[in-house]
Amino acid sequence: MQQRPQTVSSMQLVGISWFLMTLAVLAIGFRQAIFLSPTDANQGDVGRTFYYHVPTAMLSLLFPYINFAASLAFLYWRRRDPLKALTADALAVTSAEVAVIYSSICLITGSIWGRAVWGIWWTWDPRLTSMLLLWLLYVAYLITRRLSATGQTSTLAAVLSIFAAVDVPIVYMSIRWWRTQHPAPVFGGGPDSGIDKSMMPAFVWNIVAWAAWGIFLCGFRFALERRRQLAEQDAALNALEASLELAQ
Amino acid sequence: MTYLRHVLDHLRKDLRLEWRSRDSINGMLFFALLVVIVFSLAFEPTAAESRRIAGGILWVAILFATITALNQAWTREQRNHVLDAQRMAPSPPSTLFLGKVLANMLFVSLVEAVLAPLFIIFYNLHALGNVWLLAAVMPLGTWALVCNGTFFAALGLRTRNRELMLPLVLLPISLPALLAMIQAATGILTAELDPIQIGSWIRLLAGYDLIFTIVCLLLFDTVLSAE
Repeated sequence: MQQRPQTVSSMQLVGISWFLMTLAVLAIGFRQAIFLSPTDANQGDVGRTFYYHVPTAMLSLLFPYINFAASLAFLYWRRRDPLKALTADALAVTSAEVAVIYSSICLITGSIWGRAVWGIWWTWDPRLTSMLLLWLLYVAYLITRRLSATGQTSTLAAVLSIFAAVDVPIVYMSIRWWRTQHPAPVFGGGPDSGIDKSMMPAFVWNIVAWAAWGIFLCGFRFALERRRQLAEQDAALNALEASLELAQ
Repeated sequence: MTYLRHVLDHLRKDLRLEWRSRDSINGMLFFALLVVIVFSLAFEPTAAESRRIAGGILWVAILFATITALNQAWTREQRNHVLDAQRMAPSPPSTLFLGKVLANMLFVSLVEAVLAPLFIIFYNLHALGNVWLLAAVMPLGTWALVCNGTFFAALGLRTRNRELMLPLVLLPISLPALLAMIQAATGILTAELDPIQIGSWIRLLAGYDLIFTIVCLLLFDTVLSAE
């Protein structure tokens, strides 16, 4: 118990330095994307949305998998090792929340880009529909966590997360399976895919920055959730001890 | 073989319960009928227009009716702690689930069989495409709804307001199946999609059914004994 303030403060130090590093990289990414990268020949300045839309889109497909893996780990440890299971559950709720945030940013930036280039805010094309579906699924996941009685939340949510994860590959493959209005895959799509060398620095800085930001959010929220769990355990323990004293 | 016998036992139990009370089928039928009538008043369907929206409306009616029935699907098991008894029974939990899904599938199919002729009359429908393809689309689509719906109704048993929870969770997860069903059914009714496209929607639906049935069967034990 003596060591606890020490470890917490060192973790806080790591957190703060990570946060500052993230801000710095976000600033560099912003400068690269807005001022240094060449203006798109066809789209003009609106093309710069690319540097925000694509990284958040890629990351919003990554966090659901963390959620999925954490949920599987929770179900595995549920009976074998309840304390590990609690950690996995905290990671699951964290990654689900970050997935909702990132897919929201992806949908909003995509919508702004669509308004400028296609002239419409939204179209029911497979990529857009499946992305919206992803967003809906994880919002439903978070709502289920709120609706269920305490003590059962985690199991029900973990089960639901497995259903949601089945949809993620559909989103990823949608622009490969169907010919859509959404632009074709930028990376690993075919012979014409990939971006011009001049766009590369801005893109790389931004994806690193947004990944770092996502990791920061995850870590922060995870620590918060762990504290809530520990507080809950303490309260339960106190209640148990109080009831034992009453019995005597 | 014993697995199959357990499934059939559960199915027989559900059918007998429904035969004695008939509350879920009657409720579903009337509800679906109401939805169809409300939509036909709201849209004032003419022949060409109606064919285009009919596939969607039929599915929405069936979807809503299914949700109202599924919300009640497990309550009779919960009364008198029957579900606890099921939990302790030596039969695998997935047999209970499979029996319930088969029973619900029968009920919903019955509702569809009654609804379809009414629907054709109200909307002046005559299909332009290959009608026999509907024989593949309807059961596959119904299975997707009923299988996931029964599963999430069981999951919702432990939530605070389960009447709200079921549609909140079931609708997003069934959206791919719903999309495939509606596209295929509309394509058949209007003959606007070519058979290859209809075939790919049907394949998507079959794949969806396969994946989610397996997931449901694997996870039902966890949901049944979640505490």
